[in-house]
Amino acid sequence: MAINIIVAGSSRSFPSGAEQLAQLESSCNAVLVIGENSDEAYAALPALQSSTFCAVELGTECLAQHVGLDDIERHRNTVGFARFRLGDAEPTNLIELVRQPWTGHEAVTSARALFERAGFTVAICEDFPGRIVDRLIRPYFNAILRRFDEGLASAEDLDATLRLGLGYPEGPLALLNRTGLRNHHDVTQALYLALGDVDFAPARRAQVAKFRAAG
Amino acid sequence: MRKVGVVGCGTMGAGIAIVSARAGFETRVFDTRQEAIVKAKKNAADFLQKSVERGRLDADQLPLIMDRWHGSSDFADIADCDFVIEAVLEDLHVKHAVFSELNKLCANETIFASNTSTISITEIAGGSGRADRFVGMHFCLPAQLMKLVEMSPGLNTSAKTWSVAWNFALALGQKPVKTQDTPGFVLNYFLIPFNNDAIRLVEQGVAEPGEIDKAIKTAMGYPMGPLELVDLIGTDTQRLLCDAMHGLTHESRAACPPLVRRMIAAGRLGKKSGRGFYEYSDQKMFGA
Repeated sequence: MAINIIVAGSSRSFPSGAEQLAQLESSCNAVLVIGENSDEAYAALPALQSSTFCAVELGTECLAQHVGLDDIERHRNTVGFARFRLGDAEPTNLIELVRQPWTGHEAVTSARALFERAGFTVAICEDFPGRIVDRLIRPYFNAILRRFDEGLASAEDLDATLRLGLGYPEGPLALLNRTGLRNHHDVTQALYLALGDVDFAPARRAQVAKFRAAG
Repeated sequence: MRKVGVVGCGTMGAGIAIVSARAGFETRVFDTRQEAIVKAKKNAADFLQKSVERGRLDADQLPLIMDRWHGSSDFADIADCDFVIEAVLEDLHVKHAVFSELNKLCANETIFASNTSTISITEIAGGSGRADRFVGMHFCLPAQLMKLVEMSPGLNTSAKTWSVAWNFALALGQKPVKTQDTPGFVLNYFLIPFNNDAIRLVEQGVAEPGEIDKAIKTAMGYPMGPLELVDLIGTDTQRLLCDAMHGLTHESRAACPPLVRRMIAAGRLGKKSGRGFYEYSDQKMFGA
């Protein structure tokens, strides 16, 4: 039994490599495709029937962009995954594991078990744009940026209110400034296109950050 | 400032009364329901006893604090208070009725504050008879534990009133933050839609509640997931907050998700009913 890790470009989930996964003893045959070019690497793989699962790293795209929408034998053991990472911050311990309605149960449970044995917290979700975390925090961040522009409160008071009122470890404005508004722009722009929901349209401050970063 | 009135001793009012008495103010707690006063006083004593047991309060302070805690169902007992905080039903007409009565009873210089979480301070102040001596003071649940107070001036709040109220919040041992007088102020303006978004993920079949909460807590370091929080505050309360916020802002994210209405109809009110997005065997409230 083996874990075959295919590295296809730089990975947001594992920027320093996936050693913690490679060193695991596996009770199943697993293929992990990581990196920004995971789509090409996955497409080039031979038949995957001998693998318990194949996990493809996702960016902002859906798993369906790799495996299609139809139940085809080749893709039945394929799951998507992304280790959540906010902008320039280090990746968090969360793995969002994405499945299609027809993804095999064993593939999902085995992928979950493997990531958990590597010390990650795994949340399973269906194949929707933004998965769980980006779907929830991006409209919230946009609202924060908009209302800050409108003078709802000072940056210090906005952040203090959400830290003290809800126990958040860091205020949202400080968090966005630390991790990069430009990245927030890129994620919200992608989700806005995918979902067509104006609440995901990049906030003015994120647009400015993107524009200025482009020089 | 020496005497503080707290009008309404539901969960919020009872908590505010503890904060006030604990900070050294003579505290008059008014409610029309005698049984609510009895319950609030017992809960205050129980809470303070727990604080002593946990080493957060000197034992000799407990009886002194409770000596400053006075319950009454007679409005006249609020008359000589220097500062009155209202924590009654989130209904503008009810609040206007309360303040109209208080305005007749209290001294000219008494400052009124509302603990509203959604209604405009300026609108409430408009029915108080003393809009210049009126501020918003939104404490967080549970008030006796949470330091944050969102403070909002109405359009007619005087600079002097604002200064006195701000210093009063500090004297209570709280951390005041200034917000505009807009629906939901800061906390609820962002929290209600955020929770709704999480509920909509469940509606849309994106993920199970446990997966959503786990993801948010792990990724963001939040102490509670949004669906755990909705269960704690109650789906019925979430609906009331949504209806109030959406009625004022017409922002789609504030609109009550249909799943919430179905859960209420099914008796799934959250922790208090034993079932919401999760099932519970322990229905104890905060600090109990």
